[in-house]
Amino acid sequence: MVTVVYCARLREAFGRTSEQLALPEGLRDVTALRALLRGRGGAWAEELADGKPVRAAVNQEMARGDVAIRDGDEIAFFPPVTGG
Amino acid sequence: MPVRIQTEDFDVSREIARLREGNPQIGAVASFVGVVRDLNEGDRVSEMMLEHYPGMIEKSIGAIVDQAKSRWNIYEALVIHRVGTLKPLDQIVLVVVTSAHRGDAFAACEFIMDYLKTRAPFWKKEQTPAGSRWVEARSSDEFAAQRWS
Repeated sequence: MVTVVYCARLREAFGRTSEQLALPEGLRDVTALRALLRGRGGAWAEELADGKPVRAAVNQEMARGDVAIRDGDEIAFFPPVTGG
Repeated sequence: MPVRIQTEDFDVSREIARLREGNPQIGAVASFVGVVRDLNEGDRVSEMMLEHYPGMIEKSIGAIVDQAKSRWNIYEALVIHRVGTLKPLDQIVLVVVTSAHRGDAFAACEFIMDYLKTRAPFWKKEQTPAGSRWVEARSSDEFAAQRWS
């Protein structure tokens, strides 16, 4: 299982702050997880579409699409940050 | 604690005094205060909500402060960032850096702020006459951060 966290606009669009997910066999990285979630359709397909500026973090560190994910990881998806 | 995320306001003088306390080697203190404006993208802003990703936020700002410490000759750095609901005129963020001479303090303070704007997981949602909207990231902030790399 992994924990997937959603922040800001994505949290609102998906109606949840996080969820537990069983990693399908062979799912290796952030890009693959994003594609899996996109496959849910609706807001998921729209917000996670290719070309949408979505950022990710693995275990609370900024992560590019090719960063590997494993059981027990915390993966977060969110829009580009706007603090300060 | 060099990184604080809080809903309550902060007192700049008190924070600077605390950071300098007992260190006579400090010759320069640079600080930056970010404040809520009542206008963004041409629209009146009556209120702003700041969201963060708990856990990652302390880690990411801590890493930015560590980078500043390794690049410049500074003694201490403090970052306070408010979250929750804020209104125009409210203080949002404080960065304070102490060093022996001003050059290091100025540069490290600006670096921390530029990196915080593009790498620390905060998001602003603002209330305008047309309703509420998430603030879009600006490419000018990304360029500001890139000049340090």
